[in-house]
Amino acid sequence: MNATARNSASATAWRRVAAHGVAAAAVAVTLAATALPARATTIQRVTSAGGIEAWLVQEPAVPLIAVDFAFEGGSAQDPEGKGGTANLAASLLDEGAGDLDSKAFTDRLERNAIEMSFYAGHDSLNGAMRTLTQNRDEAFDLLRLALTAPRFDSADVELNRAQIMAMLRKATTSPSDIASRRWWETAFAGHPYGRPVSGSLETVPQITAEDLKTYTHRVLARQNLRIAVVGDIDPATLKPLLDRVFGGLPVKPELTPVADVVPQALGREIDVRLDVPQTVIDFGGPGIARKDPDFMAAYLVNHILGSGSSDSRLYRDVREKRGLVYSVSNNLLWLDHAAIFIGGTATRANRAGETVALIEKKIRQFADDGPTAAELAEAKNYIKSSFALSLDTSGKIASLLVQLQRDRLGIDYFQKRAAMIDAVTLADARRVSKRLFGNGLMVTSVGEPEGVASADASAGQASPGRPARPPAALPIPGNSELR
Amino acid sequence: MSKILMLLLAFLLADAVAAGAAAGTPAAAGPAVSSFTLSNGLEVVVVQDHRAPVVTHMVWYKVGAADETPGKSGLAHFLEHLMFKGTTKNPGSAFEADVAEIGGQENAFTASDYTGFYERVPREHLKEMMALEADRMTGLVLSDDVVKPELQVVLEEQYMRIANNPAARLSEQMDAALYLNHPYGRPVIGWRHEIETLDRDDALAFYRRFYSPNNAIVVVAGDVTPDEVKTDAEATYGKVADRAPTNLRQRPMEPQPEGPRTVTLADPRVEEPSVSREYLVPSETTAKSGESEALEVLANVLGSGENCRLYRKLVVEQGIALNAGATYSGTAVDYAEFGVYGMPKPGVSLSQIETGIDAVIDAVADHGITADELDRAKTRLVADAVYAEDNQATLARWYGAALATGQTVDQVRNWPERIRAVTPDAVQQAARIWLDRRRSVTGYLVQSLQAKESHS
Repeated sequence: MNATARNSASATAWRRVAAHGVAAAAVAVTLAATALPARATTIQRVTSAGGIEAWLVQEPAVPLIAVDFAFEGGSAQDPEGKGGTANLAASLLDEGAGDLDSKAFTDRLERNAIEMSFYAGHDSLNGAMRTLTQNRDEAFDLLRLALTAPRFDSADVELNRAQIMAMLRKATTSPSDIASRRWWETAFAGHPYGRPVSGSLETVPQITAEDLKTYTHRVLARQNLRIAVVGDIDPATLKPLLDRVFGGLPVKPELTPVADVVPQALGREIDVRLDVPQTVIDFGGPGIARKDPDFMAAYLVNHILGSGSSDSRLYRDVREKRGLVYSVSNNLLWLDHAAIFIGGTATRANRAGETVALIEKKIRQFADDGPTAAELAEAKNYIKSSFALSLDTSGKIASLLVQLQRDRLGIDYFQKRAAMIDAVTLADARRVSKRLFGNGLMVTSVGEPEGVASADASAGQASPGRPARPPAALPIPGNSELR
Repeated sequence: MSKILMLLLAFLLADAVAAGAAAGTPAAAGPAVSSFTLSNGLEVVVVQDHRAPVVTHMVWYKVGAADETPGKSGLAHFLEHLMFKGTTKNPGSAFEADVAEIGGQENAFTASDYTGFYERVPREHLKEMMALEADRMTGLVLSDDVVKPELQVVLEEQYMRIANNPAARLSEQMDAALYLNHPYGRPVIGWRHEIETLDRDDALAFYRRFYSPNNAIVVVAGDVTPDEVKTDAEATYGKVADRAPTNLRQRPMEPQPEGPRTVTLADPRVEEPSVSREYLVPSETTAKSGESEALEVLANVLGSGENCRLYRKLVVEQGIALNAGATYSGTAVDYAEFGVYGMPKPGVSLSQIETGIDAVIDAVADHGITADELDRAKTRLVADAVYAEDNQATLARWYGAALATGQTVDQVRNWPERIRAVTPDAVQQAARIWLDRRRSVTGYLVQSLQAKESHS
């Protein structure tokens, strides 16, 4: 909502995008490793007296603690016609609980420099808490209140609703939001994944306080909960705190089953007219499930095609050689009930047709020929050694440990990972390139593109396809790039 | 120093600070930081973080968009892109390939006062990174084959960051209106019509003029000791001859501002109007002692979190705004900006919001802030310094930006202490002196019902 704050990214120009908009979805973690830094190799499984399990990485060097957790059951649980329920509930969990109203609750957080945030995805409600060690007990206590006794006071509900509605109205004229929303609603038509997590201008006004309470009652439970803790805390201290925070939740959630689904509409190009100088393009298709034996091969070949760095094919061919775009990348995403690959780029109107055609051609070529032996070797090397480097904050480690649990990967995953990468042969990689990228693309483009088949020239309707995860970066003083 | 001793010291210091601090104020020992200068003038800062065998290596050149020749806006940033096009010794993308091979991350960025390049790699590769950066400090080779497509890339970046985004376009116009004479009024990415004219010769001339060891700072944060960094720096950067004259920053300064300015940007795509204001205020580098710290606290009390004055008044109590807040970004060579903003609820006018913001500012200027507000702001700000320690790249950026804009290592290290020393009176004075409308530009982002003319 910090719409007009000036210390924004626009004040600094980067050589490459730091974080790609399209990638702000379910899983943005790199999942492969060889040697990890000492601190992340020692993941302890901590189980409280009450049976609450958490994965812990103990690191006392900095006096702070990061707690991340996820409850299975996100916006896919939203009642029909009430899209955005999980998202609105998440936005209200730090707005008052127990006998503390919104002002008192946020006051306690701010007074102790405790950071607490919640967000909904399609499949889960996620939370994160950061505290200095010295305020540990207060922080865990406030977290307990937020999860077990949220208030949903009417003034807070209405304010958060109004803020979400403003965001949804903004999204109606944002090319990247429109491109993403159209892609998801077309690929997953008729499935909960086709509905935006934040709901729409039609559905958000329909949500009642009762809906919010029903949602949290159904989803905030112990069986569908995964927890990770990183930082200045030992197992003996953590155990009773786990019981205190999560022990009061019901054991079983009441989740509505969600059907497995495959993205539709391959081969379609959807062109939305919007008066902007640069056309925003999303492209994608069916991915490969996390539990599929080909997953690691898919991860490697996707890196080779579209990592967004100078060692990827799309970056070299579309940006470096021709100067058509500033960024172009492709990501594998896996949800609980679907897997996709989705990429994005943007270019001036009179090169939009050429850019889409080039990307389609390069992806088709890659599907046909697969990577070279050298590309595969480089990708393996990179994927193995980059993992440790990407885990540079307690929060990132905690977030990854939750995702590993959500994906049902064992606590020994880190030790097994390198061998899984090494096991991918060139023949595997070529076969999986074909399997992954050989089915055509579904493309959405938003702007005034020239040379793009105008199959569907409707104006963008409200609501973004995917919510951006709240920024994980902690604010630091005096470090603005603004000057 | 051994890791165990380091930790022990950290705890001891933490306790000592906690004992002397106000109740609820976090205790921070801070990271171990040291610095030295090579004989060619290169300054090196070492921030120790031994949690993982990883190192963040950054080179900061003390040159940015504010140092461009008039008419060549965007050149500092364009050169930053071109720095990845290879050298005689490491042609083409050899640098990036080397970093990728070891799983490293690299990128670069440009702001008004500095241009930075960084790599994050396993610690044993630090010297190799230093050798690569030292090589491209003077060894860049450019041909039109790579320069021309890269210019198109930068023009796409301008579309993405600015042209496609009405709020970013307004922000550019407000900067230009705020700075009557100083080059901070120039967008870092450049004005589009000037970017379009940049070429290889412009880039090389700028490079030769500004890229030199005595105009640069190297920051190494991670699992290293100052001694090993010094040995490696001397063996790599130490071999590069300095070529830039000193005291390059001769920028035209601002006259006394005489009146408030306003900018209205109307675009059919603006669904949510908003109002924002920028005041011209001192930076951390130019401020008198304690002044920048007071502005930092003022921004926090006025505009950070749900219990700040602006949010509480406009959003919660009066119910006229959906969001409101304040910002102060003090890291700059010459000037900084203090910002306030508000987004109205549907049906509320921007002038109502502006009146509300003014009343909140006036109240602080007239009556000051409470001891409780001061205490909360300090707690939050000092805690930020502890949270920053969790990310070595954040620490490296903090030190790099501060030093590249004229601060010292000690100033950064003592930042929590300086914040703790802020008095209520200093905050009130800061509001009185600096939040003067005559020093400001107010921007209105509004919807126009008329389709605008084509951009192309």
